[in-house]
Amino acid sequence: MSIQGYLRADGRKGIRNVVAVAYLVECAHHVARTIVTRSDDPDVHLIGFPGCYPNAYALKVMQAIGTHPNIGGVLLISLGCESFNREALRAAIAASGRPVETLVIQESGGTAETIRKGVEAVARLKAVADQTARVPMDVFELVIGTICGGSDGTSGITANPAVGRAFDRLGAAGAACVFEETGELVGCEKIMADRAITPELGAELEASVRKAEAYYTVMGYGSFAPGNAEGGLTTQEEKSMGAYSKSGSAPIVGILKPGDPPPSGGLYLLDVVPDGEVRFGFPNISDNAEIVELIACGAHLTLFTTGRGSVVGSAVSPVIKVCANPETYRKLPGDMDVDAGRIMEGRGTLDEVGDEIFDLVLAVADGQRTVSEALGHQEFILTYKAFDPIGPACLPLRRAS
Amino acid sequence: MKPILLHPDDNVLVLAEPILAGQAIEIDDAELVAPDAVAVGHKIARRALAIGDKVLKYGAPIGSMTAAAVAGEHVHMHNMKSDYIASHTRLATGES
Repeated sequence: MSIQGYLRADGRKGIRNVVAVAYLVECAHHVARTIVTRSDDPDVHLIGFPGCYPNAYALKVMQAIGTHPNIGGVLLISLGCESFNREALRAAIAASGRPVETLVIQESGGTAETIRKGVEAVARLKAVADQTARVPMDVFELVIGTICGGSDGTSGITANPAVGRAFDRLGAAGAACVFEETGELVGCEKIMADRAITPELGAELEASVRKAEAYYTVMGYGSFAPGNAEGGLTTQEEKSMGAYSKSGSAPIVGILKPGDPPPSGGLYLLDVVPDGEVRFGFPNISDNAEIVELIACGAHLTLFTTGRGSVVGSAVSPVIKVCANPETYRKLPGDMDVDAGRIMEGRGTLDEVGDEIFDLVLAVADGQRTVSEALGHQEFILTYKAFDPIGPACLPLRRAS
Repeated sequence: MKPILLHPDDNVLVLAEPILAGQAIEIDDAELVAPDAVAVGHKIARRALAIGDKVLKYGAPIGSMTAAAVAGEHVHMHNMKSDYIASHTRLATGES
């Protein structure tokens, strides 16, 4: 199957052609959302950051998403007095060759006038984005993320290992595959480190899980919930192994932090837990915060495994939902792309479901809408965090090249 | 009833459907009688396990036995523990 991608001026290729409307503080959220609603176009999406205080992580993530290969143009909506560095964000988007416009509400006549100008601006941005060249795109040019949410006793048996099978095939074809949530890898750090392509990277993988364990301990949050035991899970490491199985069996070639693009194909761990002292609360307050970080690393689409039944999608990059539990699938068939729970009932094997996920990745990359896209799910959430840059041992392939 | 073997090295199996005590179950092509009623998603011993044995699932250690189990017996909080951090029950976490 061939994928028709969107060729950006910076040479990257996207699988969607989204015009993003970005609010740069909560005070601009209503104006930005109304512009998106009035534009009434499935490829005009709302993104943004609610805080008034500056945050280097938030700027990095917004710059990464504003220049994401799925983005064809960006409209920035600023109130005017917030701290967000709108000039730096605009400059990064413009430097990538994408059309970008800024509206400052305090200088544009207020709410109604900014909405009117914004709808016109979106039409202009859309007209430029529509001129983007369509070009053939290969599997090795894809970046694929995976997360799990609403996990239960079936997740580690069906959906997660099936995604692992798909990851193995995608990685073998040269795609960059990214898994994450170091807090749910506690207990897996030794076997994960054994899969690193260098001993130094293995030590960094172990350190990232130790950091997560320490961070969550301060938060007073235990990843192992009582419901896990009722579902048949006995220990934290057992739960972690289920989540870990999404990563498949390929060697791990590097560690990313939010906003870092993978420098090559292969399997990467995204370290989502902040560095330094504990600040700003939980690392990721909900599943979409993790999806946004995967997108900031360039993920063209995300494979989301769920047992209890999450219904979310995402702005910017499509989400493919893989349902682990056959009962959940029967309750929410309209919210699921893949019925992996059929493995529990002997109606399919891990390899068959893995192949189905692989084929669906290619179809979605070629433009087929996922169920959450068709339902209009465009969730986006970005909150405060602090990270140190990744260490020199985290990307052996970049160092070697 | 044939439970799921997730990895060839494993010494526990996962139930794809619930079993009743006395029900016939198939483990490694041998048929035996289930000693316990066990719910779907839970684990049973693939072979006899002794105190201190590492429990292997997904081919990886997920804890240790705190009591012996015969083949087919339920393996859970009552006879195994984490080698890492203690698991909490709803009562122990203070949640209702």
